[in-house]
Amino acid sequence: MPDSQHEKRFQERIDAEQKVEPRDWMPDDYRKMLVRQISQHAHSEVVGMLPEGNWITRAPSLHRKTILLAKVQDEAGHGLYLYSAAETLGISREEMIDQLLEGRAKYSSIFNYPTLTWADMGAIGWLVDGAAIINQVMLTRTSYGPYSRAMVRICKEESFHQRQGYQILMTLSKGTPEQKAMAQDALDRWWWPALMMFGPSDKDSVHSVQSMKWKIKRQGNDELRQTFIDRTVPQAEFIGLKVPDPDLKWNEKTQHYDFGKIDWEEFRNVIKGNGPCNRERLAARRKAHEDGAWVRAAALAHAEKQAKKKAA
Amino acid sequence: MMTREEALYRFALRMGDNALVLSHRLSQWCGHGPVLEEDMAQTNIALDLIGQARNYLTYAGELEGKGRDEDDLAYLRTDREYTNVQLVELPNGDYAFTIARSFLFDAFHLPLLKAMASGKDERLKAIAEKAVKEVTYHLRHSSEWLVRFGDGTDESHRRAQAALDELWRFTGELFEADEAEQALAKDGTIPALADLRKEWNATVDRVLGEATLKRPDDGHMAHGGKRGVHTEHLGHMLAEMQVLQRAHPGAEW
Repeated sequence: MPDSQHEKRFQERIDAEQKVEPRDWMPDDYRKMLVRQISQHAHSEVVGMLPEGNWITRAPSLHRKTILLAKVQDEAGHGLYLYSAAETLGISREEMIDQLLEGRAKYSSIFNYPTLTWADMGAIGWLVDGAAIINQVMLTRTSYGPYSRAMVRICKEESFHQRQGYQILMTLSKGTPEQKAMAQDALDRWWWPALMMFGPSDKDSVHSVQSMKWKIKRQGNDELRQTFIDRTVPQAEFIGLKVPDPDLKWNEKTQHYDFGKIDWEEFRNVIKGNGPCNRERLAARRKAHEDGAWVRAAALAHAEKQAKKKAA
Repeated sequence: MMTREEALYRFALRMGDNALVLSHRLSQWCGHGPVLEEDMAQTNIALDLIGQARNYLTYAGELEGKGRDEDDLAYLRTDREYTNVQLVELPNGDYAFTIARSFLFDAFHLPLLKAMASGKDERLKAIAEKAVKEVTYHLRHSSEWLVRFGDGTDESHRRAQAALDELWRFTGELFEADEAEQALAKDGTIPALADLRKEWNATVDRVLGEATLKRPDDGHMAHGGKRGVHTEHLGHMLAEMQVLQRAHPGAEW
């Protein structure tokens, strides 16, 4: 069958809401787009362990420390599911990790911001995981079967992450004046970067059109961002925190919040590698990878010796 | 003469401190492990241990009767008031050091918990019964990795042997019973610590044998952790762990 026939059938299946499975025929660009997106997503989970890991040893109570440990562990697990989902497309985990460590693969820019106070653990859970959930709920309906199924599992855990983050900030906002200030400061620093997590406006987004046609993405960046804002602003008000946007206003006519201009220059700059922690995050991943090289070699050597013994 | 309550308090505190300090050390690997699966495994173990620590410290607070809860005991005692064995407070080192430290402790921890699970104190019994299942896995994990390292490559073998040689002098303290532990062993609440040595020796010899690693000779043994005299490392660890509680006295988190 010529490729054009294949492509036509492929699109028909997508339009009929049938999931694409690893062994099905798919256009090269579909495969490439998915590998790029799923591996970026996996890297984001793994790099995302670092800003929160920064506070595990300083968590202020045993209860909070337990929750934070469990949450960061979940992220490692999400990284594993996602690497596995990407592997079904014919790329190995090692290749993907090399791409990350060599700076050829991206991860979510939000993790290039520093976690300066305990309140940042709240802001990350509430805002960063909150934004991620909106994106991931959409991705449970993505056209590629393994990715969609990984998302279903991940979404279940993310809602717990968001709740624990919100609870941290709620507790701080009811606390001492220093704690309240800490909570507000965290919202001030994380609000705009969280909005940027949805990516550039649809009209400026290079991959959006084809991605929507193949139903990898199901909703545009602007729509998802608006959903996040509409959901989050009342939550901020409920715990007495002020969203740092003077233009933020409820619009009766659209039944949505109007909001101020996003600084896309900052976004592009962080993506280019000039965020506050880009270097630190990659350096930490490289160090873990390099320090672990002899460990992985030992495990492999032992497994090979065992296999030989068994065969003998 | 120590009352039974006081002996129980001290022992619960000791068990809590051992679990909490080791948990903290293992949690430092989170995000930095040699492979993602090990990040998850060490975090899992850290979670088990912090859960155990919370049970012990809560119980210790109740036995003490001064209204201190798990967080008061964890965050507002100085290193001189911590009574964990020195072995668990040693910094992580390389992955072989972390694994060997866990192994030497797990091989002691498991038979202790098993004996406690048929001891005379209901609360300790309940904590130990649950912990036995967890620590069975911890010992399996650390044993398997020690074997991988011993048997794996020249480099891993060398690192594992160096770790054991370095750690060995911290194993003596495990079996030294203080006054509280002696009193509780006498009435059958906990085993006599010296009696655990036989099983510990058997585990160590079996795993080291399989790993083709050499058992270090018993030379001078370090001790003092049980009476609050620690290595220089614990103070730094607690300074970091306690920073928010110390900087914001009385705040809720």
